[in-house]
Amino acid sequence: MRVTQGTFSFLPDFTDQQIHEQVQYCIDNGWAVSIEYTDDPHPRNTYWEMWGHPMFDNPDAAAVVYELNECRKIYGSYYIRIIAFDSSPGWESIRLSFIVNRPPEEPGFKLSRTEVKGRNIQYSITPYSSDNPQGSRYK
Amino acid sequence: MENEGQEQESEIVTEVNLKEDFQASGVADILAELDNSLIGLTPVKTRIKETASLLLVDKAREKLGLVNESPTLHMSFSGNPGTGKTTVALKMANLLFRLGYVRKGHLVTVTRDDLVGQYIGHTAPKTKEVLKKAMGGVLFIDEAYYLYRPENERDYGQEAIEILLQVMENNRDDLVVILAGYKDKMDKFFESNPGFRSRIAHHIEFPDYSNNELLEIAEVMVASMNYHFNKESKKAMAEYIKIRKKQPHFANARSIRNAIDRARLRQANRVFNNSKGPIGASFLSQIEDIDIRQSRVFSGGIDK
Ligand SMILES: Nc1ncnc2c1ncn2[C@@H]1O[C@H](COP(=O)(O)OP(=O)(O)OP(=O)(O)O)[C@@H](O)[C@H]1O
Ligand SMILES: [Mg+2]
Repeated sequence: MRVTQGTFSFLPDFTDQQIHEQVQYCIDNGWAVSIEYTDDPHPRNTYWEMWGHPMFDNPDAAAVVYELNECRKIYGSYYIRIIAFDSSPGWESIRLSFIVNRPPEEPGFKLSRTEVKGRNIQYSITPYSSDNPQGSRYK
Repeated sequence: MENEGQEQESEIVTEVNLKEDFQASGVADILAELDNSLIGLTPVKTRIKETASLLLVDKAREKLGLVNESPTLHMSFSGNPGTGKTTVALKMANLLFRLGYVRKGHLVTVTRDDLVGQYIGHTAPKTKEVLKKAMGGVLFIDEAYYLYRPENERDYGQEAIEILLQVMENNRDDLVVILAGYKDKMDKFFESNPGFRSRIAHHIEFPDYSNNELLEIAEVMVASMNYHFNKESKKAMAEYIKIRKKQPHFANARSIRNAIDRARLRQANRVFNNSKGPIGASFLSQIEDIDIRQSRVFSGGIDK
């Protein structure tokens, strides 16, 4: 099951050239661009691991695509996303976030229903992959 | 339907107009600026013009589908101190931008200290930061041979060299690297680092300036600061150049710039001490021969 999070996630995966163009748009707007990765695709997992530092002073998007490929060398079977932060309001706010790498196989989520008081149903989802410990979820 | 027709047109290119491309790119302006703002340097100017035509033709061939690989653009500038290497590198970055070979056209100038770290694990991130900053533009590595220190087996410079070589090869579309330094040391550096030699397509040599060229440079510099020589001070400058050139640490145009800065200082002192009433612009911008002849150089001393 294909995980859809952030912008563009209903589109086919971007090529590096397309990623470059989106990132250039962010840089030209003065946003700081970061790369993050995770092997926990739960939608409530907001804070992913950061790859290196946020990038502030690279005028060209090739720098980000270069780091993305470095990240893929190690975390090629993880989810990787690109996040653009805008600090102009006086705090860091996310302007754009999109997935740029995903595991070769995405087993999807298990939906569990729990009956609670008054015969109400509580739903929760768990990624099948999270049965394994962190670091050994995707091959 | 209208759109479809347009798309077709832009897809199939069967003709290019080099003159039009040349005009549109603004390359002519840069070449003219190069000619006018820099005195002498004829071989350098010729090489740059040749390179510009080659790149323009290459772009045209690419449009017609005759080439599909981007050319190697990495260069080396060799010459003595103050011969204009940094100045030309700036213009080169702009030129490559106008020709469409780099996306941004900025110049990032570094030396060994900006690339090589102090301890294990420090060098790779440092070098990569610099490379990333230069992407879309030109990376200018001054005195590049200091990266290579064969006398120290565990020198971290080697690590920087390896990353540089990798990126120069794999990211050819993303940045252009210019290595600069003194001729003999550069030659030795390329001899012991064949990896660099084979990745550099253009070797440009910067000759020393003749006395006349140095005098002309002095005049251009003085004029750009809104000062002027008179007949006597120009003669004094010519004599200064003759003597200074034989002294140690002579750095071509940079020595001239320094000499002029000191002459301006003396001029300011003279003007201030002698002024007794209102003075005009021409008096304020006149460099007299005394302003130059007071230099230590004329009394057997050495100017830095
Ligand atoms: N041909 C020239 N005409 C006018 N000014 C020049 C010329 N060449 C150099 N200059 C001036 O001389 C100074 C030194 O030039 P530049 O810094 O480019 O030399 P360089 O070769 O990079 O020196 P170094 O090897 O010491 O770094 C600058 O101020 C530059 O503007
Ligand atoms: Mg220089």
